[in-house]
Amino acid sequence: MSDSTDLFNELESVVIRFAGDSGDGMQLTGTQFTNTAAVIGNDVSTMPDFPAEIRAPAGTLAGVSGFQVNFSSRDILTPGDTPRVLFAMNPAALKVSVPALESGGTIIVNSDAFTRSNLAKAGYESNPLEDGSLEGFQLIDVPLTSLNREALKDIEELSTKDKDRCQNFFALGMAFWMFDRPLDMTVDWIQKKFAGKDAVIEGNIKALHTGYYFGETTRTFQHRYRIRPATLPPGTYRKVTGNEAMAMGLVTAAKKMGKTLFYGTYPITPASDILHSLATLRNFDVRTFQAEDEIAAMGSVIGAAFGGALAVTGTSGPGVALKSEAINLGIMLELPMVIINVQRGGPSTGLPTKTEQSDLLQAMYGRNGESPIVVIAPSGPADCFNAAIEASRLAVRAMTPVFVLSDGFLANSSEPWLIPNPDDIPAIEVKHPQGRAADDAPFLPYKRDPETMARPWAIPGTQGLEHRLGGLSKEPETGNVSYVPEHNEQMNSDRAEKIARLAEVIPDQEVFGPEEGDLLLVSWGGTFGAVRSGVARAQRDGKSVAHAHLRYLNPFPKNLGDILKRYKQVIVPELNRGQLAFLLRGHFAMDIKSYSKMHARPFKISEITSKIEEALG
Amino acid sequence: MTTATIPLELNRKDFVSDQAVRWCPGCGDYSILAQMQKTLPDIGVPKENIVFISGIGCSSRFPYYMNTYGIHSIHGRAPTLASGLQIANPDLSVWVITGDGDGLSIGGNHLLHVIRRNVNLNIILFNNRIYGLTKGQFSPTSRSGKRTKSSPMGSIEQPINPLVMAMAANATFVARTIDSNPQHLGDILHQAAMHKGASFVEVYQNCVIFNPSEWDGLGDRKVRDENIIFLEDGKPMVFGKESNRGLRLRGYKPEIVDLGDEYSEEDLLVHDVTQKDLASILSVMEYPESPVPMGVIRKVEMPTYSDGLLAQVAKAQMTKGVGDLAKLFHSADTWTI
Repeated sequence: MSDSTDLFNELESVVIRFAGDSGDGMQLTGTQFTNTAAVIGNDVSTMPDFPAEIRAPAGTLAGVSGFQVNFSSRDILTPGDTPRVLFAMNPAALKVSVPALESGGTIIVNSDAFTRSNLAKAGYESNPLEDGSLEGFQLIDVPLTSLNREALKDIEELSTKDKDRCQNFFALGMAFWMFDRPLDMTVDWIQKKFAGKDAVIEGNIKALHTGYYFGETTRTFQHRYRIRPATLPPGTYRKVTGNEAMAMGLVTAAKKMGKTLFYGTYPITPASDILHSLATLRNFDVRTFQAEDEIAAMGSVIGAAFGGALAVTGTSGPGVALKSEAINLGIMLELPMVIINVQRGGPSTGLPTKTEQSDLLQAMYGRNGESPIVVIAPSGPADCFNAAIEASRLAVRAMTPVFVLSDGFLANSSEPWLIPNPDDIPAIEVKHPQGRAADDAPFLPYKRDPETMARPWAIPGTQGLEHRLGGLSKEPETGNVSYVPEHNEQMNSDRAEKIARLAEVIPDQEVFGPEEGDLLLVSWGGTFGAVRSGVARAQRDGKSVAHAHLRYLNPFPKNLGDILKRYKQVIVPELNRGQLAFLLRGHFAMDIKSYSKMHARPFKISEITSKIEEALG
Repeated sequence: MTTATIPLELNRKDFVSDQAVRWCPGCGDYSILAQMQKTLPDIGVPKENIVFISGIGCSSRFPYYMNTYGIHSIHGRAPTLASGLQIANPDLSVWVITGDGDGLSIGGNHLLHVIRRNVNLNIILFNNRIYGLTKGQFSPTSRSGKRTKSSPMGSIEQPINPLVMAMAANATFVARTIDSNPQHLGDILHQAAMHKGASFVEVYQNCVIFNPSEWDGLGDRKVRDENIIFLEDGKPMVFGKESNRGLRLRGYKPEIVDLGDEYSEEDLLVHDVTQKDLASILSVMEYPESPVPMGVIRKVEMPTYSDGLLAQVAKAQMTKGVGDLAKLFHSADTWTI
């Protein structure tokens, strides 16, 4: 749709941020922009950023909702450190976003929103559009509200308020013009989304077009940008968020086991979208159960696991705290189940919509008694799909609960996903013992498989295998209640050994970069993109630095200890106060340094490179 | 699951496990266990399709003594495990064994919700109005003023009435029985088993160690008939050793009257298990404040949770087709490189 006379800046990648009031539709605007970027072949990585309040007071700093998207012609792993282009719909959005903006970056503001009252709400003493404080940026002020109202003035069915609701599409139109993007995908989306509401469709489409042509006709923008499609591996792609990928992974795992998926949960930010996705999949016989509380959700998962389903719960840290007694019962009953913790800022209610990695030790040790559990963590939004399948596989292999530690960033961020062929995904082997006649030898519910140490998964309805499970200490093999000291020792040891043996079937740890040397960065979970990008950048600058990103946190890969010993320094960057570093020190008795950050947002690549420079001197 | 074509020739002994029963001698739990083992052969369900799930407390040892599938779970949470199990496998006959502490204190929330959802379970609440396993503290059903180890000057709390709580959750099957009347107990357990939906049964159960005189007026044959109104659907509410007393409604209050010159059976309430208002009135009556109704107080048919869920599965499969992973993965804007 571009005019050939325009001058384009050809860029490898651009980071753009849309910011406005939480009612301004910025999440939608950002999502539409991302969808178009993805479909025309850019690699994309997004970071939505919104307040916990559904509608904080309009115009205030607390109410600012932002959506950052990095789109690129090469493989990218993060939503970008510093936006180059900012769309700010009001003074508060400007104030919150400017500190992160790239110097010399472009700011497009809705100047109509810079009223005295809005400036006061944002805490501006003078108007930043006039007082020179934005010197050093390219400032473009557009009277967006009045232009949009004028454009829609003939649509009588829409009130002024309705028309103002279309103004995010005006902004999106400008963004599409600036980055030379087609409008048709968004037009299609508007038509589907608002089917039956013709005036709304007309208003939104007109706003979109008007914004686009405003860019073209007024030549307000000094720059237009062009970002060529990325050279990603061939195949068919879609965009997924971590929560969407997790839901699809769970459904896939259930299919690959030949099981019904039971998902018992209680709504909690930022995990609820997994429930929302699964609730639409009744045609897969997905049995979602919205329990009365977190404890009930976990109890229902244990019951469903006993009944032979692939039983899963999803929650966040505060929910795990409530679930811990029932998780321990799951460990004691030795039934397979998956517990997804979409971590958020803590402690207590903490920062519900923000990201952190501070529940690793809770997953490992947050229960009474000796309570070994499997812990794995996905490394990116699309990887949540694989993590869900892997967790299910390990759970049934060892007959035990498995934690998946996602986080708020992975959950809501999106990236392209190379859609797999379902037939290429290996089946997950599940064994159930066969029924028995009355005169057969008695069934031993805790007789362990010599290889995996798992006990048999005998499900109600199987003749002759009637047995009782419980949370009391047990005799080996029979599972009968026992207070015999040796039995208690044996069963504790067996449960630990069973988890440890999974190291035999998980892949060896890989290292990115030199196999030995001065510095190794070890990370886990949602920090993969920033740490890998930072290490790659440092390597390009000639630094001797390697990166090991852990997916398996319990048990660790067998070769991890050897890897750690091959570097003079090991630094663990984490969005907590050093939890993996603490585990590694305890496990390997080595000097491990922690790089901790608790700003409730992901690492920037530049923070990682600075840390590398500091360490290497 | 096991098909119904296999003849069910089960007897009481098939339900007795190999574990030694460890309740105190004289405990009311023995009677409930015996009646359960006696009743289950007659409910038409293969043994392997029966599951007992309990929480924590004296009563919650119950599953260990039943030769069925079972889980002795954690305090108060049995209804949650039972819900998950029932949803995963709606063909099972799932029993929840709980007590006044387990079900009404720590697990009160779950009890309310499992009943409200009408999950197809049989919930048997052993009410002895005391904490037994922790050695004698007052429970949520202990009477005000009750002196116990944790309330030496008398409990300053109001008790909760389990049947009123069940009615608040719109229970589809509500009944009350007592350990000291094995025949009535067995009959109620049978009726609970046959009801489709959440069946809630309160069993007045005697703790011989920590609360031995709680049900004194209900066990002794000499006095019990004066204190218990045995309900029968369609019958007037007559009671008393000589069948000379009855229950009528005075305004909106239940009233005990003597039959004779002033009142006859025609003046009495006639039981109707389908009438919610009547069930609400009856459920309020508790011993020893008044004679206590025993039997099925309410029984109505409503779709169960699993009925609703499986109907949605069927509808979704009809309108969208049986789930196809490839289709799911591609159910967004896609692009090909």
